[in-house]
Amino acid sequence: MDIAEYIRLVFSDYTLRTITLGTAILGAVTGMLGSFAVLRKQSLLGDAISHAALPGIAIAFLITGAKDSNILLLGALVSGLIGTFWIRGIISKTHLKSDTALGLILSLFFGFGMLLLTFIQKQPNANQAGLDKYLFGQAATLVESDVWMMTIVTGACLLVLLLFWKEFKILLFDADYTKTLGFNTKFIDILITTFIVLATVLGLQTVGVVLMSAMLLAPAAAARQWTNSLGMMVFLAAIFGALSGVFGTAISATQNNLSTGPVIVIIAGIFVLFSFIFSPSRGLLFKQIRFIKNRRDLQLHKTLTFMFRIAETHENISHPHTVKILNNFQGFTKRTLQKLVRKNYVKLDGNMWSLTEEGFKTATNLYNQQNSNDE
Amino acid sequence: MSKNIAVKVDDLTVAYNYKPVLWDIDLEIPEGVLMAIVGPNGAGKSTLIKSILGILKPIAGSVEIFGMSYAKQRHLVAYVPQKGSVDWDFPTTALDVVMMGTYGSLGWIKRPGQKEKKEALEALEKVGMLAFKNRQISQLSGGQQQRIFLARALVQNASIYFMDEPFQGVDATTEIAIINILKELRKAGKTVIVVHHDLQTVPEYFDWVTFLNVKKIATGPVKDIFNDDNLTKTYGINYKVSIQE
Ligand SMILES: Nc1ncnc2c1ncn2[C@@H]1O[C@H](COP(=O)(O)OP(=O)(O)OP(=O)(O)O)[C@@H](O)[C@H]1O
Ligand SMILES: [Mg+2]
Repeated sequence: MDIAEYIRLVFSDYTLRTITLGTAILGAVTGMLGSFAVLRKQSLLGDAISHAALPGIAIAFLITGAKDSNILLLGALVSGLIGTFWIRGIISKTHLKSDTALGLILSLFFGFGMLLLTFIQKQPNANQAGLDKYLFGQAATLVESDVWMMTIVTGACLLVLLLFWKEFKILLFDADYTKTLGFNTKFIDILITTFIVLATVLGLQTVGVVLMSAMLLAPAAAARQWTNSLGMMVFLAAIFGALSGVFGTAISATQNNLSTGPVIVIIAGIFVLFSFIFSPSRGLLFKQIRFIKNRRDLQLHKTLTFMFRIAETHENISHPHTVKILNNFQGFTKRTLQKLVRKNYVKLDGNMWSLTEEGFKTATNLYNQQNSNDE
Repeated sequence: MSKNIAVKVDDLTVAYNYKPVLWDIDLEIPEGVLMAIVGPNGAGKSTLIKSILGILKPIAGSVEIFGMSYAKQRHLVAYVPQKGSVDWDFPTTALDVVMMGTYGSLGWIKRPGQKEKKEALEALEKVGMLAFKNRQISQLSGGQQQRIFLARALVQNASIYFMDEPFQGVDATTEIAIINILKELRKAGKTVIVVHHDLQTVPEYFDWVTFLNVKKIATGPVKDIFNDDNLTKTYGINYKVSIQE
């Protein structure tokens, strides 16, 4: 299947449309909520939640014997929430660091979940075919009701974000201060954490336990590179997440045998890589370019200041001096001289140079600046 | 001269782990003073402020603000945390941070509007940071960040101000600018409580002082109790020499 056919199919084929919509919505909601996890430096939280959800899936299956994804996800939600609030409890009651608590819960719950899965597999009559898809995800199993579920959660999440935007923002920035203003920080925290758990659990069927945390982190980390506003960051993270879902689904649909979850995560990773290199204000590339440009400017300014001091010795400031004299200045090159000429700071006449009016003005400023810095 | 008591702390004991970091603190701060809290690193100065403000839960003891619990009086209290307590790489602007000072009076859900923005701009002006209002906060210098925190507290328009090391890492000009603002607050009848490290400037800046090192060593007017005896009790023998020059 090639790209053109894929585009045609998205609009005509029911299954493909469902999957594309589902992954796009999932990407958007995890991107939004992931911004909060990233800004709170809780990068491991997504990992802990998704791993903590596994025993819930197994237990829900053992109790009901159902393969219906909504029931299994309910189990996941319950054990995800239990795990997350245990983490909170451990951090506030003991003096373990938060990543220790996260790691502890993550491995405990995941280990228990794996144990249950092996147990289920050994049951002779159990139909366990559906369960291991939650480990690595299987987007192909998404059906319309799953997408509806995602839409409802995303809608609720948007509503809560809009209502409590100011509270979320201030809690993220300065929790202690928020408390002194009389806000119930525990409530705000539980609200946001619950939504993060919800979104994570929703993604298990598509992306799986192992890769789910990348869906939370990658779009948010990429978005952070492009903006200095919280609102914009959340918005961009939603866009990046949705695009990862759409592109990931497209690629895995057009290339046979590529499973969707990992491809989505790789696309999200590409967004991160691209953002870390090319973002104008924080990207590595532009940082390097700015650094080189600053260094050049500095060299230029130093040369100009040196020339200014020479010119100053003569009462006519644009009196010509010989180029040779500049060789006394360490770091002087022909190129810097040419650049100064091009900028119209200096006039060159054979072997003689002189400052222009503009060059004089610029140099005076620089000179004064330098002196005030020395003080 | 009988003054109202702005802050009253009774038998306050606070511990993070098992060992108390504040032990049985009794403290009365009269209204309208500009008070320094001094003590060595780890003495519990920040902890004292956080406990008064209800950020930390004490093991024992009580706190009253103008005779009532903090929860009832919090609209009268503003707080300037230690600058290092937040991540300055947070995606927001200087104006936005100052605006946070209005969130308390706004309450839940309601968004700040024109009135709040105007108040925030005025506070920025007062601390000389109006030109930086749209600057991303990570691109401010340490002293500028400190001024932003001060402006955020000014917006709260409180009666009692708690400030945790507002002079930390600021240059001489900023220090003078900040102390002038604090003195203005006092002149307006406000009570200002400042964790302070530079002992040399205590007599010049403050009229009231509390010596703290796990226990309260002394509290009272600077001219009566700011002496070698109390400094030695608070900081240990060696401190005496360096303060006398
Ligand atoms: N979150 C915490 N968990 C455990 N111990 C803490 C915590 N915060 C502070 N402490 C301990 O409590 C004691 C008092 O700390 P506090 O921050 O109140 O001191 P301080 O007087 O403000 O010091 P500084 O001058 O360095 O700011 C210190 O011994 C410190 O190690
Ligand atoms: Mg402190």
